[in-house]
Amino acid sequence: MSRISALLARETALAWGRGGGPLVSVGFYAGVATLLPLAIGPEAQRLAAIAPGAAWVALALASLLSLDRLFERDFEDGALDLLTLSSTPLELTCAIKCLSQWLATGAPLALAAPIAAIGLGAPPALAPLIFACALVGGLAFAFTGGIGAALSLGARRGGLLTAVIVLPLFVPPVIFGGGALDAFASGLGWTAGFALLCAYAAAAVALGPLAMAAACRNALA
Amino acid sequence: MLKLRPGRWAGVITALQLRGVAVSRGGRRLFSGLDLDLAPGEVCALTGANGAGKTSLLRTIAGLSAPDMGDIGFGGADPGDARQGGLHLLGHLDGLKAARTTREELTFWSRWGGAASDGADQAVTALALGGLLDLEVRRLSAGQRRRLALARLLAAPRPLWLLDEPLSPLDAAWRARFGAVMQAHLAGGGMILAAVHDPLPIPARSLALEAAA
Repeated sequence: MSRISALLARETALAWGRGGGPLVSVGFYAGVATLLPLAIGPEAQRLAAIAPGAAWVALALASLLSLDRLFERDFEDGALDLLTLSSTPLELTCAIKCLSQWLATGAPLALAAPIAAIGLGAPPALAPLIFACALVGGLAFAFTGGIGAALSLGARRGGLLTAVIVLPLFVPPVIFGGGALDAFASGLGWTAGFALLCAYAAAAVALGPLAMAAACRNALA
Repeated sequence: MLKLRPGRWAGVITALQLRGVAVSRGGRRLFSGLDLDLAPGEVCALTGANGAGKTSLLRTIAGLSAPDMGDIGFGGADPGDARQGGLHLLGHLDGLKAARTTREELTFWSRWGGAASDGADQAVTALALGGLLDLEVRRLSAGQRRRLALARLLAAPRPLWLLDEPLSPLDAAWRARFGAVMQAHLAGGGMILAAVHDPLPIPARSLALEAAA
């Protein structure tokens, strides 16, 4: 256990500092949320209709920002070799790295998401659901994103490649989360969408580390 | 199976045997038919021109890549267990994060290696890292940084050391001191396989890697 808690502490500290950490992600998120009304027009009614969905898509994009460095730095400086040579399974190591990524960027973004949505004109009653969706969705983004980050190891301009690999994997959580928010806003049952979002996140947490570990081993060999 | 002294070795490696090992890198065969036996207390210097495959061989023994042919044995131990808890790999990339302090890095890697609670302190004493603990790794000189990387070997004792150019950034005094550290490791039943260009500061047999025809 001492090994795992040490890794979690180290990875979270590194993720906090990586590429500016949570401040940059939240800043980027705020920037996208500000750009939208400028592009779509300031009519309150139109904005309010798209606010939850816009906040949700911006969240998916902001989650991409620091993903590419998740494995790359350890790969470049040799730390990934040493993390692999351990009695801790590489799958668990990868899962902890993604969990740290979520703690350092997903959780701060989940706090920013309701603020951005309400700022765009979403009803305040929607805030708790947006927060919950962003928290669960962030977990799915971190664990599916880790797959892309591990697959693009060793590639030039791996960051762009990560985004291209990962965006299709972001489609289901965006649909489920957006659907739940939309249903809640129109007074319909939102639990189905939210449950599917949770299921996708659970699948990502369970299966993502297997793919990441395989991709890391492949990159190291 | 050999009974291990409790608290001495975390791993189970009691020997290293290579039989007819062939390794290639990027589709190019580096060497083939390599045999090596390393018993407890033995050290072997791995020599060869640049690109002869010294690093690739160390990585292959560590299990990071697979040999094309041949067998790598650890004295009958399960290769997976042996690699996970029985060896240290020190490459020219040291895995240290420039923005973290010496203390943070040493503490983490000691815990990661499963070191006893006083393991890191012993390594600090042996390698005179005491004055560097609060410095960021980026502020260390190349030699100091290498000492920090070597400290991992001492913090979490494991029988087999795979060292890639371990001494190159060290000055003469530290080479001699690390020679003494290696000798202590061997005296305790450890094994060392070190890729070197300069001779090791301790008597060692050598194995030259020659390119496959």
